[in-house]
Amino acid sequence: MTQTTAVQSAVLTPAAELVSASRLFGSFAALRNVTASFPAGSCTVILGENGAGKSTLLRMLAGLITPTRGTVQVLGQTPQQSRGRVAYMSHAPMVYEELTAMENLLYFQSLQGPGCACHGSPEMALRAVGLDPHLTRTVGQYSQGMRQRVSLARVLQTDPELLLLDEPFSNLDVSSAAQMVELLADFRTWPVAGGGQRTILLTTHQHHLAESLADRTLTMQHGSIASVTTREPAA
Amino acid sequence: MQPLSRTTRIVGALWLAVTLAVMAQGFREAIFLTPADAAQGDVGRIFYYHVPIAMLSLLFPYVNFAASLAFLFWRTRNPLRALTSDALALASAEVTIAYTSICLITGSIWGRAAWGIWWTWDERLTSELILCLIYIAYVMLRRFSATGQTQTLAAVLSVFAAVDVPIVYMSIRWWRTQHPAPVFGGGPDSGMDKSMLPAFFWNLATWTLWGLFLLTARFLLERRNQMTEQDEALRAIEASLEISQ
Amino acid sequence: MIYLRQVLAHLRKDLRLEWRSRDSINGMLFFSLLVVVVYSLAFDPTGYPTTTRQISGGVLWVSILFASVSALNQAWTREQRNQVLDAHRMAAAPASALFLGKALANFLFVTAVELVLAPIFVVFFNLHPLGQTSLLLLILPLGTWALVLNGTFFAALGLRARNRELLLPLILFPIAIPSLLAMIQATTAVLTGDDMLNPLLWIQMLAGYDIIFTIICLLLFDTVLHAE
Repeated sequence: MTQTTAVQSAVLTPAAELVSASRLFGSFAALRNVTASFPAGSCTVILGENGAGKSTLLRMLAGLITPTRGTVQVLGQTPQQSRGRVAYMSHAPMVYEELTAMENLLYFQSLQGPGCACHGSPEMALRAVGLDPHLTRTVGQYSQGMRQRVSLARVLQTDPELLLLDEPFSNLDVSSAAQMVELLADFRTWPVAGGGQRTILLTTHQHHLAESLADRTLTMQHGSIASVTTREPAA
Repeated sequence: MQPLSRTTRIVGALWLAVTLAVMAQGFREAIFLTPADAAQGDVGRIFYYHVPIAMLSLLFPYVNFAASLAFLFWRTRNPLRALTSDALALASAEVTIAYTSICLITGSIWGRAAWGIWWTWDERLTSELILCLIYIAYVMLRRFSATGQTQTLAAVLSVFAAVDVPIVYMSIRWWRTQHPAPVFGGGPDSGMDKSMLPAFFWNLATWTLWGLFLLTARFLLERRNQMTEQDEALRAIEASLEISQ
Repeated sequence: MIYLRQVLAHLRKDLRLEWRSRDSINGMLFFSLLVVVVYSLAFDPTGYPTTTRQISGGVLWVSILFASVSALNQAWTREQRNQVLDAHRMAAAPASALFLGKALANFLFVTAVELVLAPIFVVFFNLHPLGQTSLLLLILPLGTWALVLNGTFFAALGLRARNRELLLPLILFPIAIPSLLAMIQATTAVLTGDDMLNPLLWIQMLAGYDIIFTIICLLLFDTVLHAE
C-alpha cells in the first residue's frame, strides 16, 4: 500500500523540469526558452545535431551551469540541492588517466556522502559494464570504448535516481552499444532506496540504438525543442 | 543604452561645480593664505594634498570590502542587487588605486625634498604600496577571468585583500619605521598649528567630494555597462526565438 | 570523521597521481636548483660569508616561491583533463575537502623539494648558520603552508581565466607579502643569529597568517568552485 502511494507521488513530481529556461554563452543562445518536463521513471532520448543544445540541457540539469533566464528543478529541488542523487556522464570520461579503473571508482565512491545506499560496489559496477575489475592498466592506456565503460561504471555506482548520459554510444561498436542498452534497461528496474523510480535522459546521434529504450523522443534544434514523440506503452 | 536621468545629470553637475569651487578655495588656503611650515618651508604645503588623500585611500577599500560581501550575500538571493554591489566594488577598487597612487607620488615628491630620497622602505610607504598592489591585482583578476565568473571571483579576492591588509600593516610595522609620526594622535608633539587647520580641512573636503564624484561616476558607468549587457542578452534570446518560428 | 576521510581520499589520489607522473616534483626541484645557481652568479656567496647569511633566507624563499608557483599552476590541470572537475562539482562531498586534500598534497610536494634543496643550498652558499637552526623545522613547514595554501586557492581562482599562468603570481604575490616577509625575516634571524630580529615573533605571525587564511580558504572554496 505504502509503496503504491510512493510511486504515485513520484509520478506526480517529474524527475526533472525546465520552465522557459534559456542559456547564453556571450551572445550565443545555446538554449532558448526551453520548457520541458521529464516524468519520473521515464527514459527520454534527445536527438539533434551538433550545437542544438543537447549537452547544455544535460549540463543544466546536472547543475553544472545555471540558466540565464528561467528555472530548473531536479527531483523536486534545485540541481544544487539534489547533488548526489543525479549522475552525469559527458563525452569526456571524467576519470583520472593515471589511475586504474578500480582506483578511480574507489576514489569516487569515497566522495559520496554518508547514508548513500549504494546499489553496487565498484567491483559490481565494473562487471556490469563488462570490464575486469582486476585490470592493472591505467585508464590512460584504455581504448575509447573501454573508457566509455569506465565512465558508465562511475555513474552507475553512485546509484542515481536521475541518470544523464551525453552521447553514451559515441565510441562503442554495435555489439557493445547493444550491451549498454541492455544494461540501461536493467538499471531502470533496480529498486530505489526511498521508493522512487529511475529516470534516464540520454542524447545520441544513433537513434536506432536507443530506440528500444526510449519512452519519449525529443528532437532539439537551434537550442529549442522542435518535437516530442511519446511511444505508447506496449500492452 | 539608456542615457542618465535628468536628475542624475543635474545633481552630478552641481556636485562637480561645488567640488571645483571647494578645490579652488582649498588651493588658495594651502598655497597663499597659510604661512609656510616653520621647519619645512614651502615644501610642507604638499602635506595638504598628501594627507587627505592618504586618509581617503584607506577609506575606499572598506567600501570595496562591504560591497563585495554584499555581492556574495545577494549573489543567489537577488541578482539585481548583487550586480549593483559589484559595480560599487569595482568603482571603489579603481578609486582606491587612483588615491593610493597619488598618495605615493605626492609622498615621494615630499620625500625627495625633505629626506633627499625618492623612496624608502618605511612602514607607511610600504603598506600603502602593497595596498595599491593588492587592488591592482584585483583589477587584473577582473580583466583576466572568464565572463560570468568575474564578479564572484573578484568578490572572493576582495575578502582576501581585506583580511590581508591589516596583516600587512602589522608586519611592516614590526619590520621598520621611518615615516614621521602620525599627525593626529601620534604623541605629545602631534597635532597641527591652528593656522594650518583651514587649509587642511578645505583640502580634506575637496578630496572627499572629488573621491565621491569619481566613485559615483565610475559606479554609474559600470551600471550602464551591466544594463547594456543585459539588454543585449535579452535581445539575443528574443532574436533567436524569432528565427526558430 | 567522514570529512577527514574525504580529505584523505583526495590527498591519497593526488599523491598517487604525482607518484605515477612525478611531473611537478621533478620540475620544481630542477627549477629551484636553477634559481639558486643563478643567484650564486649574481653575487659571490663564498667570498662574503656575512652578506651571504643576511640574504640567504630571502634567496631560499624566493626560489621556493618561484618553484611552487610553477607547480601550482599545474595543480588543477589534472582535474580539468577529462572534465573530472565536473564530477567534483556534482559530488556530494564538500568542496573544501577537495581543496584541503590538494593543498596538503602540494604542501608535501614542496616540502620534499625543500628537503633536497636545503642541503644543496647550504653547500653552494657555503653557509654556516649562527642562530638556532632547529627553529627552521618550524619556519619551513609554516612558510610552505602559507605559500601553498593561498597558491592552491588562487590557482583554482584562475582556472578558467585567460593568461592563467600569469595571473597566479599577480594575485598570489601581493597577498603573500606579509607571510613572505615573516618567513624571510625568521630564516635570516636563524642564519645570522641576530637577536634583534627576534625569530619567534615572526614564527608567531606566520602561524597566525596560516590559521587565518586556512579558515578563509576553506570557507570560500565552494564559492570559487561553483562560480560560473
